[in-house]
Amino acid sequence: MDKLDNQGIWTYLQEKFGERVGIIGEPHGLLTISTSKDDIIELLSFLKDDEKLQFIYLTDITAVHYPKQQKAFAVVYHVHNLYRNVRLRIKVFLEGENPTIPTATSIWHGANWMERETYDFFGVVFEGHPDLRRILNMDDLDVFPMRKEYPLEDPNRVDKKDFYFGR
Amino acid sequence: MSKSISKITHNNPVFYDNDPQDELITLNIGPTHPATHGVFQNVCQIDGERIVSGVSTIGYIHRAFEKIAEHRPFYQITPLTDRLNYCSSPINNMGWHMTVEKLLNIEIPKRVQYMRVIVMELARIADHIICNGILGVDTGAFSGFLYVMQEREFIYEIFEEICGARLTTNIGRIGGFERDFNEVAFRKIKEFIKRYPPVLEEFEELFVRNRIFIERTSGVAAVTPEQALSYSWSGPILRATGVDYDVRVVDPYCSYEEFDFEVPVGTSGDVYDRFMVRNAEMWQSLRIIGQALEKIEKEPQGIFHADVPEFYLPPKEQVYNNMEALIYHFKIVMGEWETPKSEVYHAVEGANGELGFYLIHDGGRTPYRLHFRRPSFVNYQMFAPMSSGMLISDAIINMSSLNVIAGELDA
Repeated sequence: MDKLDNQGIWTYLQEKFGERVGIIGEPHGLLTISTSKDDIIELLSFLKDDEKLQFIYLTDITAVHYPKQQKAFAVVYHVHNLYRNVRLRIKVFLEGENPTIPTATSIWHGANWMERETYDFFGVVFEGHPDLRRILNMDDLDVFPMRKEYPLEDPNRVDKKDFYFGR
Repeated sequence: MSKSISKITHNNPVFYDNDPQDELITLNIGPTHPATHGVFQNVCQIDGERIVSGVSTIGYIHRAFEKIAEHRPFYQITPLTDRLNYCSSPINNMGWHMTVEKLLNIEIPKRVQYMRVIVMELARIADHIICNGILGVDTGAFSGFLYVMQEREFIYEIFEEICGARLTTNIGRIGGFERDFNEVAFRKIKEFIKRYPPVLEEFEELFVRNRIFIERTSGVAAVTPEQALSYSWSGPILRATGVDYDVRVVDPYCSYEEFDFEVPVGTSGDVYDRFMVRNAEMWQSLRIIGQALEKIEKEPQGIFHADVPEFYLPPKEQVYNNMEALIYHFKIVMGEWETPKSEVYHAVEGANGELGFYLIHDGGRTPYRLHFRRPSFVNYQMFAPMSSGMLISDAIINMSSLNVIAGELDA
């Protein structure tokens, strides 16, 4: 594999992982693959340590909430091969109200706060995380504010009622 | 410790169970402390002057930008990005515009790209001026800060000339700029690249070979490239460790590939190297601005936005007199535009590192999900682990040299 293009990466991963990885597409040239939560750590370590792939840099971890889907949460990883400048996006779809996924802190130290942020906002529990606490919100918040059902404003507040504006 | 107070006399001294000299003291640095330059707290266990361990608490100015962004049309998100890294708002603004343009597949004219490059590099210089100036102040050299601060004021005057605002600029629009740079703006940019080099030289003269400064910073908080990459560092502090990762070079946007500039790197990753890398980047930014001015001369004049009427707000006089423009105006303001379902990750080289925008769009009025990959947030998480074993005064200058901006940290 001389050139590390999307097709090459995908074929290479298929040889190694077979049906355990799936392809979602390549929106705007960024190859997006999916896997399950059982395989994610193996996949990430392989991407980082393999001599051909060398995705050594973890750019970002975040999550997305799709309340209408059965697998309502997607944890999204962006990794970057700094040697050849190739980016890759990995998605893991998770089921249930309190989804769990293994932590990536064993692979990158930098995953620590990114996972804490994801937990703080979406309630995705990263199993094995050394310090899984809320990071940006206050500690006694009992909801996960980036979930879609959480309203932007407090629905009980009265100071914005039309009544007060003569409507 | 069980002895009651009444028994304490000269003849009957108190013997503590633990020798007080072994005890650690808990010290809160922050949330509002003059040395933290922003609202964040570090709870440190200290042994004398030395930090044994520390825990960072952040989120004091969290404003839920990602949640708000899910309820706003694209052009209303630009003011939110202003308030991420407010020392270099234009870079954030341009990064956001470019993300949306990537989503909508808008081709931007060359002249507009060069104009953007000028604005972004000016913002980078302004940001580095703050960081290096403050680093000087924290090591006890106040005058350099005042010399360069004047020049930052001049950069803000240029921003004022371009968009009317100084700090939170909201500069540009999706598709280009809201208006062309006027004569005064061009004159001031040209004046800036003439008047700034002597000031920067003087600033460097104050610090680079200054023995006090070198002894305070050299070898302090040195980071290896492996550590830095494992902690996902980016920007000048990563380059100070010797890794030449610069988004402008590896992933060029805004025609950066046409410009001739160097990526300065350090060797030891300590505070001194970070200072030197930022200084060198200011020189490179000046070079880039000079080249961009030359390139603008060669482009057809008067173009300041792409020809995309369905996404770019029409001028007001047309809105009042032209039916088509009125329709577009209404559609854009209400967010009723046709946009593709897609997802985009776009990164720009912010003043602190890789500033990424991860946008998932479902074709509606507002983004389905928008995530900011904020360099300050990612860079800062190494601060507490790397501080253990450090002197408090070293930790303070380490924090200054990381250039953590509270707005970007907390989003």
